[in-house]
Amino acid sequence: MHDITAHSLQHHAPTGFIRKHVFSLDHKVIGKQYYALALVAAICGMILSWLMRIHLGWNNARIPGLQLLSKNGAPGGVMTPEFYLQLMTMHGTIMVFFVLTTAPFAAFGNFFLPIQVGAEDMPFPRFNMMSFWVTFVSFIVLMSSFFVADGPTLGGWTQYAPLNAVGAIAGPGQGMGVVLWMISIALFCVGQLLGSLNFITTTLDLRTKGMSFMRLPLSAWAWFITSCMGLTAFAVLMPACILAILDHVAGTSFFVASNLVVSDQLQPHSGGSTLLWQHLFWFFGHPEVYIAIVPGLGIVSHILLTNMRKQMLSQRVLIYCMGALAVLSYMVYGHHMFVSGMNPYSSLAFSFPTLIITIPATIVVLIWTFSLYGSKLRINSASLFALGFISMFVSGGVSGFFLAQPSIDIMLHATYFVVGHFHLVMAVAAMFGIFAGTYFWFPKMSGRMMNEKLGQVHFILSFVGAYCIFMPFHYLGMVGNVRRYASFVDDFTVPLIPVHRFITIAALITGAAQVIFVYNLVYSRFWGKLATENPWEGTSLEWSTTSPPPFDNFGGKHPVVYHDPYQYGVESSTGDYVMQTSPEQVATPRDEK
Amino acid sequence: MATTLPEPPQIEKHRTPERGSGNGGWKDLVPADGDLKVKLDYSPPPSSTGIWVVLFAITMMFAAFTSALVVRKGAAIDWQSFRLPPILYFNTLLLVASSVTLEISRRRVAAFMGGLKAHVQNPARWLYITLGLGLLFVAGQYIAWLQLQAEGLYLATNPSSSFFYLLTVTHALHVLGGLGGLLYVIRKLHKSALRRDQLVSTARYWHFMGLLWVYLLVLLWVKV
Repeated sequence: MHDITAHSLQHHAPTGFIRKHVFSLDHKVIGKQYYALALVAAICGMILSWLMRIHLGWNNARIPGLQLLSKNGAPGGVMTPEFYLQLMTMHGTIMVFFVLTTAPFAAFGNFFLPIQVGAEDMPFPRFNMMSFWVTFVSFIVLMSSFFVADGPTLGGWTQYAPLNAVGAIAGPGQGMGVVLWMISIALFCVGQLLGSLNFITTTLDLRTKGMSFMRLPLSAWAWFITSCMGLTAFAVLMPACILAILDHVAGTSFFVASNLVVSDQLQPHSGGSTLLWQHLFWFFGHPEVYIAIVPGLGIVSHILLTNMRKQMLSQRVLIYCMGALAVLSYMVYGHHMFVSGMNPYSSLAFSFPTLIITIPATIVVLIWTFSLYGSKLRINSASLFALGFISMFVSGGVSGFFLAQPSIDIMLHATYFVVGHFHLVMAVAAMFGIFAGTYFWFPKMSGRMMNEKLGQVHFILSFVGAYCIFMPFHYLGMVGNVRRYASFVDDFTVPLIPVHRFITIAALITGAAQVIFVYNLVYSRFWGKLATENPWEGTSLEWSTTSPPPFDNFGGKHPVVYHDPYQYGVESSTGDYVMQTSPEQVATPRDEK
Repeated sequence: MATTLPEPPQIEKHRTPERGSGNGGWKDLVPADGDLKVKLDYSPPPSSTGIWVVLFAITMMFAAFTSALVVRKGAAIDWQSFRLPPILYFNTLLLVASSVTLEISRRRVAAFMGGLKAHVQNPARWLYITLGLGLLFVAGQYIAWLQLQAEGLYLATNPSSSFFYLLTVTHALHVLGGLGGLLYVIRKLHKSALRRDQLVSTARYWHFMGLLWVYLLVLLWVKV
């Protein structure tokens, strides 16, 4: 390593509490702040899902204390249909934006991207700090909608027009609730754009000596690709939110059509296009699915490689596949709109790339599978959750084949089949990626080890629980159980209520199992076994510095990279691996030429 | 607006490994297999890359607005065209002129930073002129909004006026951001702490604002 002088740092180590832990410029602290925000958001989102599930299983059940959340929405603790929709909207919004985007991308990416490329920090630390705090304010604004007169919006996380624009007349929460939702999401976009700016410039400009693009770890590649996607997607969602806010508060008519009558009242709008909102939203919305899952692809690959102790079948192809997923994600968004009334030829045009996008996804899975074949995988919490990620990704992805075809999607679109599909492929898979990343990188982030036994119990309960919750959704969808309804009173849906009860019980148990994770996280943070510098015998740069890393990441040294990131299965002085920073020359099967 | 600068700021040298991070492109200098390739050993400062990222995000934002305008007008039965306020053309000239003055100032500051202190007495003068032209542009846009209001055209009057206000106000806000950048550059210059890439990035942003405005003017002229 080269010595570097202190003046080359962009900012000095802070000493005051506020600068060190609150308004910190250090990417590692910001990464932890993002993680904490995602954890709080996940708990909030999970509690909301519990409330919904209890209502779906036992419609008139009185839930103690629910009236405190909304006096009108839950009189006497019994949920109204409108309040059910409000909870559903908030659950979706919180989970998609503040958990699935925040944790795998912003939290882990902030902490580890600069270290993995060999930099001391992000290039624009102030923007980085702003990025977190804007996101934090965005979360507060969203949650504050529980405390306005009509409560939060009930329009779903997609906030379709014209419901999002006509005001309180459209139902509870459609007044101030919608405005707060729009402001919150616009702020979130600003935060993510600032984050993407830092991620992209870090990857392009701050790579250390010897760190060529092909020597970047797969997780760093995933964060880089995700930041490119985020830059494009959030820059479109933000103006869409601005237009919707103007329709709502300033009386413009971007999205509200002429002669619209709501609650027997003619709306004072004319000529707007409701489809326009859907186009703008889904141009963001589908890439958002990949913004949630691509970091998981990188994190899981990184973890599997470390535990397989052998090289990936083709690291380069996996990178190309992640890039292909990112590019194609912008061409397929119309498959969310097959039932919107758009031109049937458009459906065909969107269906084709939707089927094409399964090719890179399938190649990624095949690379993992064939790489795992014959390896002596080290079984630990991180590798188990990585395997769980693959399982969820495949199970949820297979149902995507059906939904990609307009003729089938028209039947299934409004049913629980879609709920099962996207929860498995996007939500649960991404959550498993977050868990895998946590168990794997916790020693580096905190300097202490997590409890392995608790981690494995957590995995088993979560894995079985997730399948018990989300597989039956496919069955419900195929028999025509409509989603978004607060109760099922039709003759053909009443026999399905026992299935809903089973799902509810599974959700309660699986949710409770997460207490094990939170306990493990908190306990290990303070009392866990001290971690060594490289507890997993990894090769990338984060394992060449102390646990946790010093303020400047490499303790006044400047790393030099000699190898590609996954030199496992070799004979070297350290064992069966060679660190990226090791100048040792060993015979490796596929060191980068 | 005469200014006195104590000494020319140092030009930032190309990065070297000893000066910290930023050496992306040092590929294969220490290859594992001895296959040494000659590579460019310099990567641009992050602000040079960062400004392109920012400009891309702004482009996407206005692309979204443009597509909204095209779709909205295409399906409209309520679209009422109106004549653009003539002051917009004068404002355009101001913004184009400000790009020219910024280029002049960039060259003068570069010469000043390069040590030609004796030849460049007042490096910040053209930056102030650019700043003034930018402020005049924003003031001119404000006058255009007042003129439309005098004609009874408000934000919600018609979709055409909605898009006019939306595009011009959003652009003006971005121009204000550029003015903030110019003030930052002037402040840094006075402190002899200006880096070349900071000036270059600010100039790129400002020129982009000019280009974007010309695009918006043509779009508004054709569609509104």
